[in-house]
Amino acid sequence: MTSQTTTETTSNTRGHVPPVMAARELGVYYGDFHAVSGVNLDFNRHEVTALIGPSGCGKSTVLRSLNRMNDLIPKARVEGEVTYHGQDIYQPKIDPIEVRRRIGMVFQKPNPFPKSIFDNVAYGPRVTKMKVDSMNDLVEQSLRRAALWDEVKDNLKGSAFGLSGGQQQRLCIARAIATSPDVILLDEPCSSLDPIATAAIEDLMTDLKQEYTQIIVTHNMQQAARISDTTAFFTAGVDEESGKRIGRLVEYNDTSSIFNNPAEKSTEDYVSGRFG
Amino acid sequence: MMSTRAEKASTVARDTTRRIAMGKRKGIWKEQLFKYVLILCIVIAFVTLLALIIHSAWLGRGRLDLNLITQMPSTLNPETSGMQSALWGTVILMVGVLVTVVPLGISAAVYLEEYADTERWWNRFIELNIQNLAAVPSIVFGILGLAYVVREGFAFGPVAYAGSLTLAMLVLPTVILASREALKAVPDSIRQASYGMGATKWQTVWHQVLPVAVPGMITGTILAMSRAIGETAPLLLVGATTFVTFNPDSAFAGAYTAIPVQIYQWASRPQPEFRELAAAGVILLIVVLLIMNSAAIWLRNRYSRFDL
Ligand SMILES: Nc1ncnc2c1ncn2[C@@H]1O[C@H](COP(=O)(O)OP(=O)(O)O)[C@@H](O)[C@H]1O
Ligand SMILES: [Mg+2]
Repeated sequence: MTSQTTTETTSNTRGHVPPVMAARELGVYYGDFHAVSGVNLDFNRHEVTALIGPSGCGKSTVLRSLNRMNDLIPKARVEGEVTYHGQDIYQPKIDPIEVRRRIGMVFQKPNPFPKSIFDNVAYGPRVTKMKVDSMNDLVEQSLRRAALWDEVKDNLKGSAFGLSGGQQQRLCIARAIATSPDVILLDEPCSSLDPIATAAIEDLMTDLKQEYTQIIVTHNMQQAARISDTTAFFTAGVDEESGKRIGRLVEYNDTSSIFNNPAEKSTEDYVSGRFG
Repeated sequence: MMSTRAEKASTVARDTTRRIAMGKRKGIWKEQLFKYVLILCIVIAFVTLLALIIHSAWLGRGRLDLNLITQMPSTLNPETSGMQSALWGTVILMVGVLVTVVPLGISAAVYLEEYADTERWWNRFIELNIQNLAAVPSIVFGILGLAYVVREGFAFGPVAYAGSLTLAMLVLPTVILASREALKAVPDSIRQASYGMGATKWQTVWHQVLPVAVPGMITGTILAMSRAIGETAPLLLVGATTFVTFNPDSAFAGAYTAIPVQIYQWASRPQPEFRELAAAGVILLIVVLLIMNSAAIWLRNRYSRFDL
């Protein structure tokens, strides 16, 4: 019922530029459990899209299905379409490895590899066999891009575990951009960080907008309002047919509209803190 | 009436406090007891081990000399007899076990842990049987080795590598189980991160999972090798000769013996000189074991430079 509203608003405001990525009637099952259904979203070039909503409504599930990380969960099954530059990434001929090289991911808890800072950044280019003139330059560039270079340049051979949580998360971002992806998915990247580290990541994301399309899951309303261009609000409701709880997209629009002038009552309740 | 009720209430309160206090004291007492029982267990194990070592060292003290490793065994001159052939036999046997059991055990563990779909009955069947195999007595492996490694099947004949292969089968379950535990302990977030970078499954296992699991795998291998080095029964079955006065030609040719087999042979002789030799042999066996394990521990520490 609401998904129609969603598609309309989307096409009304930004129908002219083809989106980098899009989800069409996307649904995800974990075994018999239908976690989310009927998601339609367009992700525009060099914009930040925030996915918000109460816990368990399927934000991470949707995010993981955008670069086929759901393939790693044995019971997970995806229906509908996810397109990347118009190509459905769930076609049998598509290699999920290729998908993940173009659509990078940053996780909720900083998860650097148990290796040196240098090797963390160089890992992606190495395993994807990127043609690199100088690995040193690429590592430096990536770390600079992630606003981490000045803090680690004298300790590139040191363990990544020696860094603070916020530094580790920026290292994870540096690592993700080292393979020059097109899209970066971030699943609550600041949820384990203090406010200062959070601010650093937010600045970084705003800065990265010039080159990357970013999709971020966040629990933090202010964060969504500060850094995103568009916002998608999800919720979990009881399905009338099956009587089971199922996640769905309620509303998708410019961030300012979602926060100042939401079309749905539940969106308004959520963004104003009266819900969830 | 009011006062009695108040009194009653206060008695109840006091009672409760006392019960809580006593309960607490009782709890502490139990905890202390448990701790001391555990310490006692360690002490018993340690004292037994130490007593054995000291006893052997004392008995064999007269023969803990260079002759022990430079001389061949002799039935005529026990005073100068050594066990060079047995030492070499054990070294060759252990190298054979190592190069066989490590690739097999680690591959099996990687398959079961990283690739196998545990929903499938055959994978569960394999798992169950590996656990069962770990409990099979070593003599059974000796019979298996005699039938399928020495005589038929591989038909190596009674050479050192036949012994290695038999011992390798014996300790393979230990290596697999320990390696699986080591792989299980690798945080999933590392795998996720690697896949998220566009790494393949093989790259993820090779570059991220295995290096983290190696220290645990080495620990498992130490346990396995420590068990294999002391085995006598299966070796007697697959042809380790109790009396050899020359070093084995190679792993695949020539008669061989091993330290525990040599000890067994000496210990069963009546002359006190041979008893002394056997005791010295026990110490030599422990020394070889310690050298082997120290090397493994050194290797393990090199691998765990990064703490998780
Ligand atoms: N690996 C999984 N296996 C089974 N169910 C899952 C799995 N991951 C998530 N779910 C379920 O899917 C629903 C959506 O989860 P998730 O996408 O993590 O929500 P969110 O990120 O919005 O908190 C929840 O009900 C959750 O229990
Ligand atoms: Mg989530």
